[in-house]
Amino acid sequence: MESIGVLMACPMSSYLEQELDKRFKLFRFWNFSQKNEFLNQNADSIRAVVGNAFAGADAELIDSLPKLEIVSSFSVGLDKIDLNKCKEKGIRVTNTPDVLTEDVADLAVGLMLAVLRRICECDRYVRKGLWKSGDFKLTSKFSGKSVGIIGLGRIGLAIANRAEAFGCPISYHARSQKPNTNYKYYPSVVELASNCQILVVACALTPETRHIVNREVIEALGSKGVLINIGRGPHVDEKELVSALVEGRLGGAGLDVFENEPEVPEQLFGLENVVLLPHVGSGTVETRKAMADLVLGNLEAHFLNKPLLTPVV
Amino acid sequence: MSFSGSPETTNQRLLLLHRLPRFKTMFLSKLRTSYRILDPFDESDPSFLHLSSSVRLMLCVGPSPVTSETLNTYPSLECIVGTSAGFDHFDLAECRRRNIRVTTAGDSFSDDAADYAVGLLIDVLRGISAADRFVRAGSWPVIGELSPLGYKVGGKRVGIVGLGSIGTRVSKRLEAFGCSIAYTSRRMKPNVPFPFHSNIHDLATNSDVLILCCALTEETHHIIDKEVLTALGKEGIVINVGRGALVDEKELVEFLKRGEIGGAGLDVYENEPHVPEELFGLDNVVLSPHLAVLTPESMEALEELFTYNLEAFFSNKPLRAQIEYE
Repeated sequence: MESIGVLMACPMSSYLEQELDKRFKLFRFWNFSQKNEFLNQNADSIRAVVGNAFAGADAELIDSLPKLEIVSSFSVGLDKIDLNKCKEKGIRVTNTPDVLTEDVADLAVGLMLAVLRRICECDRYVRKGLWKSGDFKLTSKFSGKSVGIIGLGRIGLAIANRAEAFGCPISYHARSQKPNTNYKYYPSVVELASNCQILVVACALTPETRHIVNREVIEALGSKGVLINIGRGPHVDEKELVSALVEGRLGGAGLDVFENEPEVPEQLFGLENVVLLPHVGSGTVETRKAMADLVLGNLEAHFLNKPLLTPVV
Repeated sequence: MSFSGSPETTNQRLLLLHRLPRFKTMFLSKLRTSYRILDPFDESDPSFLHLSSSVRLMLCVGPSPVTSETLNTYPSLECIVGTSAGFDHFDLAECRRRNIRVTTAGDSFSDDAADYAVGLLIDVLRGISAADRFVRAGSWPVIGELSPLGYKVGGKRVGIVGLGSIGTRVSKRLEAFGCSIAYTSRRMKPNVPFPFHSNIHDLATNSDVLILCCALTEETHHIIDKEVLTALGKEGIVINVGRGALVDEKELVEFLKRGEIGGAGLDVYENEPHVPEELFGLDNVVLSPHLAVLTPESMEALEELFTYNLEAFFSNKPLRAQIEYE
């Protein structure tokens, strides 16, 4: 397989890079400043693209790679891949489901605790030496707070299981009511937001879910409510979110994702009721290795004409 | 001002407020409506000396020490209503000798303490506070996505030191994250499914994480020492929501500095509010100013409990959350 060209869209895992390098002819796209020139010279040898949540395969890239057979994404979300185009052209697409479910759910609950109990702010307080001049204030209890989840898929369910262990009542919104749960279903996001204290975005990013958390939802969540986003940045109307936080119309937010990563609105940097993370939902040593192994497994299966491990298209 | 009894009755219902000067007394004005308050810091009270010899009931604010000298000052004391989950600040042997009943905050704080322990653990494992610092410093666009990875919560072997009301709640929460639980305690608990280790050393050897939820006593002072930290190992994590002196702090700092344990989440310290400055530069520690239990909800639960106990004392009803002498 050493002659098969694989294009890696951006840096994502040094282990994955190493292993791809051993097995294939690896092109690191970010090393070439003249993208067109690079594509003109190498397009004919590239049969696979490896992408992730930051860079994948849009229509333009797909069109410029005539020999492309498979896009294997180092992510569960596929919003950076033009799935219709792939279907049209018979290009296979794989993702890395399940292996990152627990990590993302853990981080969602970690963010709830960090925002409500002000853990990061407390840590700053101690490190700045401020404790000596006075006690920090009371923080909000987490146990028993009502949690509303947008999207009750694998990740949403894992969040629900964890929050239940803290005695939190669970409700959700999804395209349709799920048959196998007793959690309360709300047919609209605004209703969900009006009836919970912590709102979590855990759905896939599609044209329908873009800005699913808008001004109306934020108002419904209210000045005591907390928004957690471990989905994708564009799920939330970020401008509205920032002004609601700055003006105190929203109680707090824990954000792992942003609309224009790696750009984070600087107005948030001075707020103590937000926790800001650099998209590390699946960022554990254990899970990133499992994800990399899935990418490798899918590519090898494809080129050996075996069934794909986690096909989407 | 509203009295729950006649002014004479209220005057007879004498209540000693015992506290360190730095502890605030947010309940004071409410208490004054029901009790004649004796406050050692109120120098304008001319009858303090006289009344201190007859006062029978003390409200002890937070972990203010009650020593045998304290008890000598108040020879008629019959009952101490505590407001702290721990009881290491009471000279219990002396209280017992003098037949003084002592109560604690009971379960008022347990949920919050357990939540905080879990919050600290997720933060240390996933590097939440460190990552928040990274983003706020504007480093993400400069350094990129290859920031340091964290570690998985699921599958960790968590050793709980002290499976009381807080430890039990921690175990219930962490089971939902797929952690396996084991514990050590003075004695094995009946009806508990988790493996019991009779000593801390065995527990540390078989754990990735130690969570300290026990009371501070002579036996548990420095229960986490050099040997235990060594047994816990290079990737091991210590979470302390109990008391600072459960840990030999100097050793812990050395182990962290040398990278001989994996990380720590600390809400309590040996000499509060002093925190070892060597920790300030480390990304694998999360530091918090002893407020694991401080939420409006737990304060309310506490107020309800001690108000009940103060009333119960004067009406000869059984106290709640009373310490049982062994």
